[in-house]
Amino acid sequence: MEILAIIGAFITLIGSIFLLLGSIGLLRMPDCFNRIQAGTKASTLGTILSFTGILLIMPGWWGKLLILIISVIITNPVSSHVLARASHYIKVPLTKATLVNKYEEDEKYIPVEDQKTEEE
Amino acid sequence: MVNTILSIALGIMLLSIILSLIRFVKGPCYTDRVIAFDVMTISSLAIIAGVAYLTGRIIYLDIAMVYGILSFIGVLIVARYLEKGL
Repeated sequence: MEILAIIGAFITLIGSIFLLLGSIGLLRMPDCFNRIQAGTKASTLGTILSFTGILLIMPGWWGKLLILIISVIITNPVSSHVLARASHYIKVPLTKATLVNKYEEDEKYIPVEDQKTEEE
Repeated sequence: MVNTILSIALGIMLLSIILSLIRFVKGPCYTDRVIAFDVMTISSLAIIAGVAYLTGRIIYLDIAMVYGILSFIGVLIVARYLEKGL
């Protein structure tokens, strides 16, 4: 039981290091989309590792910790995708190191609701 | 042993919140501020789970659940406002 608790504490430490790497990436990335990428993915993995470590330390709390892990897995990529879509909609400028931008050819980008009103 | 390692982990999470607070202050576009807020909230979820172990109260995990759902809804509302849907 003691060995399991120490393993859980080290997993929590690894998760906190992932959170730190995510926020360093949030500071150093040159572009808005890169910041979304770095911040959200690293923080998702760090939070899941932290909850798993607490789950190994206290196995009696598995119900609420499992609900927390599943809710983080579901909601965090959804919020990242919604933010990327919104920042493409308001035309955030890309960095100068961009090589390929497929959406640049796509000048006539119209969201779904406006298409309906144009047809009517 | 376990308490010492968990305290170090909580300190590193607090450092990550401070680093993303810098991006929250000086971010040039709107979505930078929103994503910095999201990272701060996610880090504080992990901090709440650690504090719940250190004080031995399971009721703090409920606070973490409600806080995560509120952060998710806040990000959705800001993104919907930027797309001029609100």
